[in-house]
Amino acid sequence: MNYNTNNLSIKVENLERRFGNFTAVNKISFSVRRGEIFGLLGANGAGKTTTLRMLCGLLAPTSGTALIDNTDVARQPEKVRFKIGYMSQRFSLYEDLTVWENFRFYGGVYGMSAKDIRKKFEDLSQRLNFGEQADRLTRDLPLGWKQKLAFMVAAFHNPPVIFLDEPTSGVDPMVRRQFWDLIYESALAGTTIIVTTHYLDEAMYCDRLAIMAEGSIKAYGTPAGVLDEFKAVNMQEVFLKIAGKEALLQ
Amino acid sequence: MKAFIIKEIRHLLRDPRSLLILIGMPVAQILIFGYAITTDLKETDIAIVRQTNDPLSQLIIQHLDASQWFRIKKIETNSSRLENDFRRGEIRMTVALPDNMEKRLMQSSPLEIQLIGDASDPNTANLLAQYAKGIIRTTVAQSFPSQYSGIQVTSRMLYNEEIRSVFMFVPGTIVILLMLLSAIMTSISLTREKESGSMEVLLVSPLRPYEIILGKVIPYIGLSFLNAAIILLLARFLFGMPFRGSMALLLAETVLFIALALSLGIFISTITLTQQMAMLLSMFALMLPTILLSGFIFPIENMPLWLQYLSNLMPPRWFVVIIRGIMIRGIGLEYLWKETLILAGMTLIFILLSIKKFKLRLE
Amino acid sequence: MVILNRVSKTFGKIKALDEVTFQVNEGELFGVIGPDGAGKTTLFRILATLLLPTEGHATIKKHDVVQDFGVLRKITGYMPGQFSLYPDLTVEENLEFYARVFRTRVEDNYSLIRDIFTYLEPFRKRRAGNLSGGMKQKLALSCALIHRPEILLLDEPTTGVDPVSRAEFWGLLHNLQKQGLTILVSTPYMDEAAHCNRIALLRQGRILGVNTPKGLQEEYSLHLWGLKGERPALLLPLLRQLPAEFRVYAAGQEVRVACRERNGIEKIKALLETSEKWDHIQISLVQPDVEDCFIALMQENNELQYK
Repeated sequence: MNYNTNNLSIKVENLERRFGNFTAVNKISFSVRRGEIFGLLGANGAGKTTTLRMLCGLLAPTSGTALIDNTDVARQPEKVRFKIGYMSQRFSLYEDLTVWENFRFYGGVYGMSAKDIRKKFEDLSQRLNFGEQADRLTRDLPLGWKQKLAFMVAAFHNPPVIFLDEPTSGVDPMVRRQFWDLIYESALAGTTIIVTTHYLDEAMYCDRLAIMAEGSIKAYGTPAGVLDEFKAVNMQEVFLKIAGKEALLQ
Repeated sequence: MKAFIIKEIRHLLRDPRSLLILIGMPVAQILIFGYAITTDLKETDIAIVRQTNDPLSQLIIQHLDASQWFRIKKIETNSSRLENDFRRGEIRMTVALPDNMEKRLMQSSPLEIQLIGDASDPNTANLLAQYAKGIIRTTVAQSFPSQYSGIQVTSRMLYNEEIRSVFMFVPGTIVILLMLLSAIMTSISLTREKESGSMEVLLVSPLRPYEIILGKVIPYIGLSFLNAAIILLLARFLFGMPFRGSMALLLAETVLFIALALSLGIFISTITLTQQMAMLLSMFALMLPTILLSGFIFPIENMPLWLQYLSNLMPPRWFVVIIRGIMIRGIGLEYLWKETLILAGMTLIFILLSIKKFKLRLE
Repeated sequence: MVILNRVSKTFGKIKALDEVTFQVNEGELFGVIGPDGAGKTTLFRILATLLLPTEGHATIKKHDVVQDFGVLRKITGYMPGQFSLYPDLTVEENLEFYARVFRTRVEDNYSLIRDIFTYLEPFRKRRAGNLSGGMKQKLALSCALIHRPEILLLDEPTTGVDPVSRAEFWGLLHNLQKQGLTILVSTPYMDEAAHCNRIALLRQGRILGVNTPKGLQEEYSLHLWGLKGERPALLLPLLRQLPAEFRVYAAGQEVRVACRERNGIEKIKALLETSEKWDHIQISLVQPDVEDCFIALMQENNELQYK
């Protein structure tokens, strides 16, 4: 992988967000390279969601900067929307629309022309072999397919960065692997993937990760590097150590 | 069960905004009905069509003009000249007086006074016609007490000479609000427990179905009763609505109706799974028929026969009769036992159905 | 203590549970592990007497879940998967309400929930809706314990809860187990299997296996190698060139290869030697974790189904 700074997809510097007296995100800095799979972890209230919202241009930072694909999220939030795709475990596809209708809708949302949508959908369905499913209602599909389609919808407008919120928590291990295959393919093609989760197994699939607590980044690096730094055997131990609850280790 | 009631009351108090709506809404509604409708009909422009200028028609015109509701804008001899004024909405009603009224009355020949209203607003037209008829009837009765029967006057106004619309709307408002509060609120609060999963825990608890149901119902009886009392007080002291019958009977019948509405709400909650569904079902299955078929806006007598039969199935229809009977006509249980019995029977049926349908398990 | 004998449940055409059979011993902490849609919630609702099985029998302490639901509802404590508390009531009010619904008082059973309550103490007056996920879970657990049940049925108590709270929650369960409670708990997280005495793996309504976590590993009949040193994204396409009898999948930063034959490693090594750029790949025999076992059992099960 190319490690020089020209190749950065996301660059966050001293990003801060306060709500009144409360500092939700406390001057954090990190960067993500193009095509990297990056995990952003932390308990509820750690500042993870606030960070994510700032990166998506939904929330203005109090101070500091965040660049996505060289676009300042605070200055050009509208432009940022076109540079990102978003998939959450809870909501991604309309269950009462067909597969094709979902794609057409999201393509339209991102201003793609009807012709482009049709063409891209056909390419995609041929490559991934889901042509038969195109006219089925989304709710009738097996969970594994839904998951993959949700990802493809998020990636449909070719965003350079895709955010995944707990993409595979609770799915069966085989489906999960198939899903990661898809993500790997995307990452190799140069798409940057940001995974937010508190499912620690999932964290281990990321190239690098940052663990947040109380608004700050407490650990930052490759999974192996983080484990080394905290002298831990698994991520759970890292989490407990960050929270000062080593006593819970059995 | 006591614990349940305490919990429900806490739910109510924790959400002051909703509570304010629940108590404020009735007040607002009664004020809107009370004021908007009575003030709207002050000094309405009307026209008179008459051929001869005999003393009786003069008297009628004077009385109409002197009343608070009408102002005579034009007097013509031919109604065709008024067509344009009508169309432009400059006059709302025409009173066509036949010629030689006095003479005809003396001869006891039939006398027809024609009222032509602006039917684009049927309710107002109807009210105006009622007011006008009332004035004409009194005028004729004063001048010709013995020939008074020559003019046809409907008996519906017998107990409400002033035909103040607020008197017609108060019973209707009470009915709608009690229905809304009782049925919709209980059905929603029960389905909310289903949706949030707390019903699962309640089902596995030693609570019996009737305890869950009563625990839900009792706080809402209190709230609904409070509302009914506020409406009645407003009607009495703000609008001077008569209170001819027994207060105790009225309150007892109100509690009966609340119980009926609550049991309907519970019944709805047993056949729906989500709050949304309960809300929609309550709205369409209860609210609209209450407004449309209870006879409080549209007289039941004017409905096609099949709708009249259908309206018999609507609980509010019977309660409107009871409430009007007690308040305006001052009659007692000896005349209203049939309606009371029907309400009691309906309540029983819905409670039994609900307890039967209330499942000890999930689907 | 708990016996399930060929329990099936169908909803219309969908078979939610398919002849589920297992037993839970007295005093055991038993985990039902399976992904979303495996039938965990249906299973727990049947045990909580909230659903009737379509076929088969289930008993808890010799009481049938269909006939003796009255008795069972007294001796079981059930915590549904959904957050079952009233968000507009405070922590205290929720507890008090459930205590009275179960005809008891908080003080009477305080010893059982004291542990949990030390976590909740600072938030007594806070509304349940404003608690963090972990605290909500602890409060729901207290409510399920309020009538001193003999057996606890916890449906996905740790789903969506942060890792620290999850560790705390499991700690609480271990303490309850020490006080003699039998606990059945379901989870979609495979890594939580280690907390249980025994586990049942559930998938698409069928039991894939019942064993201790250790026993499950010992039962694993394949040879499993882990390959490290390169992004799985790059390593996977290479290893997928192996013949069909090799199973290749990512596991965190490793790529795992499973195969029936011991000498499978030779083929892997041969593949890596085709190019110098794979020189730095380290390969080692690894212990299967629960996910590896799940995948292996799943595939065996599928093969059985097709035969």
